[in-house]
Amino acid sequence: MSLLALDKVSARLDGRRVLDAVDLTVAAGEVVALCGPNGAGKSSAIRAAAGLLRLDEGRARLGGEDIARLTHRARAERVAYLPQERRIAWNLPAIEVAALGAPFLASDQALAAAGTALEEVSAGHLADRGVAAMSGGERARVLLARALVAPAPLLLADEPVAGLDPDAQRLVLERLRARAGAGRGVLVSLHDLTLAAAFADRVAVLDDGRVVADARPVEALSPEVLRAVFGLDGRWVEGPDGPLLAARRAQ
Amino acid sequence: MTRKATLWLVLAASLAVALALAVLIGETAFSPALYAAAFTDPRSGPAEVLWAVRAPRAVCAALVGAALGLAGAVMQGLLRNPLADPGVLGVSAAAALGAAMAIVLGGTVVPGLVELSALAGAGVAGGLLILAAGALRAPEALILFGVALSSFAGAATALIFNLSPSPIATAEVMSWLLGSVQNRSWIDVAWVAPAVLVAAAFAALATPGLRMLTLGEEGAAASGLPMARLRAFALIAAAVATGAAVAVSGVIGFVGLAAPHLVRAVVRGDPGRVLAPSALAGALMLVVADLLARLTPTDQELKLGVFTALVGAPLFALIAWRAAREWRL
Repeated sequence: MSLLALDKVSARLDGRRVLDAVDLTVAAGEVVALCGPNGAGKSSAIRAAAGLLRLDEGRARLGGEDIARLTHRARAERVAYLPQERRIAWNLPAIEVAALGAPFLASDQALAAAGTALEEVSAGHLADRGVAAMSGGERARVLLARALVAPAPLLLADEPVAGLDPDAQRLVLERLRARAGAGRGVLVSLHDLTLAAAFADRVAVLDDGRVVADARPVEALSPEVLRAVFGLDGRWVEGPDGPLLAARRAQ
Repeated sequence: MTRKATLWLVLAASLAVALALAVLIGETAFSPALYAAAFTDPRSGPAEVLWAVRAPRAVCAALVGAALGLAGAVMQGLLRNPLADPGVLGVSAAAALGAAMAIVLGGTVVPGLVELSALAGAGVAGGLLILAAGALRAPEALILFGVALSSFAGAATALIFNLSPSPIATAEVMSWLLGSVQNRSWIDVAWVAPAVLVAAAFAALATPGLRMLTLGEEGAAASGLPMARLRAFALIAAAVATGAAVAVSGVIGFVGLAAPHLVRAVVRGDPGRVLAPSALAGALMLVVADLLARLTPTDQELKLGVFTALVGAPLFALIAWRAAREWRL
């Protein structure tokens, strides 16, 4: 059974259709990358999977159960969500921010789990530092730790590597990959197609709210899709760590 | 000893000292013999001054300060904005409007009616804010709604001034708007204390939600906590605390803004752990401010609301300046 199943999901935001009959699944042990140009519906699909978007049509199911029928807590027990927003309102120590990922654990257990998660993202040394003075990369790692603390079987990450340097990007994606390796499912939106090909088991390509391809990365991001959706003339070449995208703007 | 325990100890000890000074010191200087009489003969004149005039006034100031400090901390956590305070969302202005209407309509002859009207005004504002919070998720939008509510309540109060046929009633409304705990009795204390406790209980219930809002609306919404309910608890706490404070003392500004700032660094920004110390800091601030207002040598006693505004407005500007430089709003 899929951890996540979007079944013919359609939704609007401010009158504009942002999702149009979207079918998407994520299974345990799988990393699925959502790719597409700006405004294609990636964040909306993730928000629909988190139960944060009202659906016009279709159903979103978590572990086979209709998300609309789940309580807040039951939903959070099935899915952890790492939003694109990285602003943290108050200058809390990193470990307390990470502990917010486990609001139903006792305080000491949540802090212990947060400490482990910070170590997991190579941010253990930041545990006692306030987040206000942290760099964007440090804050992104703290927020990733917050999402990893949640014991949910499915993790949704909305552009978790946006604005990060290459090392931090790979660190974040390696941790998501490891999460899937531990038997959980990950749905992550990415703009970097080479990173998507390197870290995802499958890529779902969204364009104008519709899924136009859903397959293994190199198959989903075929030259035809690259040209039609991204406006790129490109092809995949074999690099030392996997396929690399060689592309230029389509003429 | 932890930083939090040290903070509690310092605030509690300072409040105890401030309350003692507020009872012992006043416009009328007491000789040692009069102090002795006050402590040994409950029916003596000095005892009357200390225990029936100064003590309830000081306790009233402490309760009002605690209510405002708590309301400010709740609102700042709810709106994720260090510049939020009970005045920002229009609750103070709506409570003042309720009191003004009761005064002009002759409600002063019915004991407790003006206070209840103030509380009703705060309740209406709180209800409107709860409805608005359901529709307007962005804190900035809720702040703007509060500003509009505050402006409307202020305009309606001005209209009451405008149309009031009685200069006496107008003077009473003006006196109310300036804010004071002068001549408050143990009856006032008994009235405001339960309201502060109710507000504290709702604030305690809202604490997990305030803490989770640190991550923003989306992060909080997906956390598994019932955010709509917790947000409503926070607004009820702020409305009851502000309504009770305005009901017993009139409009006193800036305590709700300043109290959380005094303690936030010690609790490392946690919007849940800042609540109780903010209440204590607010109580301390208002007891000290009232003592200073009483002791300032003027022909007419300084109104407490005027005193806190004179000190608080520059503080507001300083906080805004620091926030703009050091921390994104």
